[in-house]
Amino acid sequence: MKKLMLAAATLALTAGMGLAAPVRIASEGAYPPYNLVNDAGELDGFDIAVGNEICKRAELECVWVKNDWDSILPNLKSSNYDAIMAGMSITDERKAEIDFTQNYFPPAASAYAALSADANIGEGAVVAAQTATIQAGHVAESGATLLEFATPDETVAAVRNGEAEAVFADKDFLEPAVNESNGELAWVGEDVPLGGGIGVGVRQSDTELRDKMNAALTAMKEDGTLNGLIEKWFAEGAVYFGPNGEAVDKAGAKITAVAE
Amino acid sequence: MFEYCADPKSLEGLTWLSCYLTSGTHMQFYASFGTVLLLLAITAPIALLFGFGGALAARSHVAPLRWFGKIYTSMVRGVPDIVFFMFVPIALDQLFEYLRSRVYCDTSVPVRQGSDFVVCAAAKLPRATSPEWVHDSYGMFLAVLAFSVVFGAFAANVLYGAMNSVPRAQLETAEAYGMTRRQMNRRILIPQMWVYAVPGLSNLWMILIKATPLLFLLGIEDIVYWARQLGASKTQAFAYPHPDWRLYYFLAILIFYLLMTAISERVLRRISRRLSLGQATMAGEAMRKAGA
Repeated sequence: MKKLMLAAATLALTAGMGLAAPVRIASEGAYPPYNLVNDAGELDGFDIAVGNEICKRAELECVWVKNDWDSILPNLKSSNYDAIMAGMSITDERKAEIDFTQNYFPPAASAYAALSADANIGEGAVVAAQTATIQAGHVAESGATLLEFATPDETVAAVRNGEAEAVFADKDFLEPAVNESNGELAWVGEDVPLGGGIGVGVRQSDTELRDKMNAALTAMKEDGTLNGLIEKWFAEGAVYFGPNGEAVDKAGAKITAVAE
Repeated sequence: MFEYCADPKSLEGLTWLSCYLTSGTHMQFYASFGTVLLLLAITAPIALLFGFGGALAARSHVAPLRWFGKIYTSMVRGVPDIVFFMFVPIALDQLFEYLRSRVYCDTSVPVRQGSDFVVCAAAKLPRATSPEWVHDSYGMFLAVLAFSVVFGAFAANVLYGAMNSVPRAQLETAEAYGMTRRQMNRRILIPQMWVYAVPGLSNLWMILIKATPLLFLLGIEDIVYWARQLGASKTQAFAYPHPDWRLYYFLAILIFYLLMTAISERVLRRISRRLSLGQATMAGEAMRKAGA
């Protein structure tokens, strides 16, 4: 009897899947390790890994779409795709425009990097950040002159060629750049915690998709697979989800590796 | 691509480079040159058509048509390109979907839900179930339309000016022969205006060639997008780590653009010569004297 019901349930689900249109998820593909374009020319990274896992659990068929950061919000609101997974922090400003699921990456630190550790990052300094990010907002408020770039990579390049004194971005993005620069780049000052973590952006009217993704994310947090993906994509010292969804370090996290 | 490329980190020198330059992303980079050329090949004639229509409308004796022509040229030319390309494709897309939703959807459901624009699945353009190439072609179609509208407005102004440059005496003579306005346009005005229009149009063509980076705003990956993407410094997480190489990629693009300009100039010079032949302009006069 139990088997029969299971079979019926599977049938019902797969039948539903056949009818439903695929969920289109947009990403930028220029913000490793969150999202990047790999050497095969496909989107790859933490966002994509989490997204695929969510889709698997929520029994959704998902398609990835590359979209420029500048037009990523208007295109979502205009229904050109259904969700954004592009390392986008949950902020109040964005919440006025779109809805977010619960975070799939804990509130992480942003950091300043410059050519020397004692570079000026406050009043009178020129600091590079990507356009329309929480980091750009923070720099504008800090009293430093904000130098905006369309892509994250250009912000780092601006520091290397002296256009800006420092770059301000997610620490996880800057980490490989600083570590592999042979001492050319250095951290400046303290890390700055910003935002409410990274969530999946969905349309405010699309509560169904949001709830489905939320349910999948809750399950992934519970069984530790989300932490497994964080471990896979991020360097040592990344933050993980604790038992109640709070940010903890690696020692306090339950980590389950995800089968490829 | 090559068999020895399986483990790129162990390679060095030229073998490394040969693998690097044939990676999947590079293949897409090379293909994007085709995308740009295709866009130019489709957009240029359509924009010229828009411009021609706009110029004729602006000269029309029918007032509403004339207003339309004037408003089209002055409005579109006044809007910054980047604003235009952020706005128009999305607006056009919403317009198409709205019209379709009136036919295919339950009309009691509003398309505006809060700040979201939502239509039922049947009215979506392209359909969510369509394969990826349909989405790409639709994006390309919107891009061609947006480019044509913008460059059509500039072309309209150039052609309008060119039409006004045709010597008044020519048109008066035509009138004296008893030609109607239509005949005058077709036989005297339009054949002669091109010679005045070519310099302005060739300018526009050059600007159009360089405007293609705006394509990525519409989700189409053009050469500048790929150059930026590939040239960006790559950390060890990638198969082919390298420092900031954007300079080399942009140099390659520069060569492409210079080649395009050089070829265009040669072609345009020929066209210009051809059009000047037998015209009552300085160039035409010089050619007549040289021939005599």
